[in-house]
Amino acid sequence: MKNFEFFEPTTLAEASRLFAQEHTLLLAGGTDIVIGMKALTETPQSVISLQKIPGLAGITTESDGSISVGAMAKVREVELSADIQQHHTALAEGAAEIGSIQIRNLATIGGNIAHASPAADTVAGLLVADAQVDIASADGERSVPIDELFTGPGQTVLAPGEIITRFRLPAPASGSHYIKHKIREVMDLAFIGVAASVSLDNGVITNARIGLAAVAPTPIRATEAENLLNGNELTPELLAQAGEAAAAGASPISDLRCSAEHRSEMVDVLTRRTVQTAVDRA
Amino acid sequence: MAKLQVNLKVNGDEHDLLIEPRKTLLAVLRDTIGLTGTKEGCSTGDCGACTVIVDGKAVTSCMVLGVTASGKEITTIEGLASDGELHPVQQAFIDTGGYQCGFCTPGFIMASKVLLDEDPNRSEEEFRHALGGNICRCTGYTKILEAVLKAAEEVRTTA
Repeated sequence: MKNFEFFEPTTLAEASRLFAQEHTLLLAGGTDIVIGMKALTETPQSVISLQKIPGLAGITTESDGSISVGAMAKVREVELSADIQQHHTALAEGAAEIGSIQIRNLATIGGNIAHASPAADTVAGLLVADAQVDIASADGERSVPIDELFTGPGQTVLAPGEIITRFRLPAPASGSHYIKHKIREVMDLAFIGVAASVSLDNGVITNARIGLAAVAPTPIRATEAENLLNGNELTPELLAQAGEAAAAGASPISDLRCSAEHRSEMVDVLTRRTVQTAVDRA
Repeated sequence: MAKLQVNLKVNGDEHDLLIEPRKTLLAVLRDTIGLTGTKEGCSTGDCGACTVIVDGKAVTSCMVLGVTASGKEITTIEGLASDGELHPVQQAFIDTGGYQCGFCTPGFIMASKVLLDEDPNRSEEEFRHALGGNICRCTGYTKILEAVLKAAEEVRTTA
């Protein structure tokens, strides 16, 4: 690892001013950047820790049922939060899929999202939660919907100096589920990840949301499939149509882990499985 | 680059140290403090050999910058026994033969220790899954699982 200057600001404004400089990295949990710096794929001049800034951690449930997840909340906390398990099951299930317990005790949800891997395990759950991403900089604050955050692999709309502060999850749908397609039970990267959430009104699906990870340059929503589901009761035929529509909307690549054809096929399969489970849980 | 002043509380002992920001907690423990019980395996977080306990949580110390551990309570394998008495999980690894070359053993023991603190009533399957971040290349894991289950029983009966 090359050496670097280390900063531990205690305010967001100070952190933002430091992070606006070139050749800087933010340190949240460190599980991505420390490994990157060892491999020399990251050679920052400065590392700016967010660990001493108050107010960035914690998971709180508001009176209207919405949940606020601090960007510095550990992935393990997201996994074990009773409110997230109950109301945003897909997000808790996604968090539980990351690395090992040792890694989840270090890694933060903000880091998992800001790293902008299309395969991030918390991203599909945040997509189907319709999360708002709060962003701060020395110039002020703004908020963007999670499905507008990513612009490409490792790329986001975040400008230099902008820092994700929290994720706001609006009052939830009634049932959701996440499936990670993988080989190993733990310590694996997703071939693909699929999350679905639905509400039911007398058996009729409303607010269907499907989030897909590792099937396109950015995480995406399967809006065609969602539109097919909304306003209808779930039948085997409708489920099959939704699976096909989700697969048609994906644009996966072939890589070391699996082929594009396999990924497309599994988008179909896992969309059907996650939607069925989300409906069963609703 | 300037070295930074840190205060590490390791196994109850305070260490005031000057360290480079790029030094991982693992490197500080082994090379600066001289506690070589914690092992460096893959150095990428995959193998769990470097597992230590920081503020009650098991973490892979190869992924932690030493400067960020300042002020935190750190326990390594050297700090697990008290008054010459082995922790039940250490004794169980000896009793069942839960190790062969021993390189992964400190990591397995520290990870298991926290699992037993949290919930000794886990099923074998749950222990197996929760220890998925620790790799052993010798034992085939059977004896390790036996050790952890034996320690869990010990912890349950003495709690």
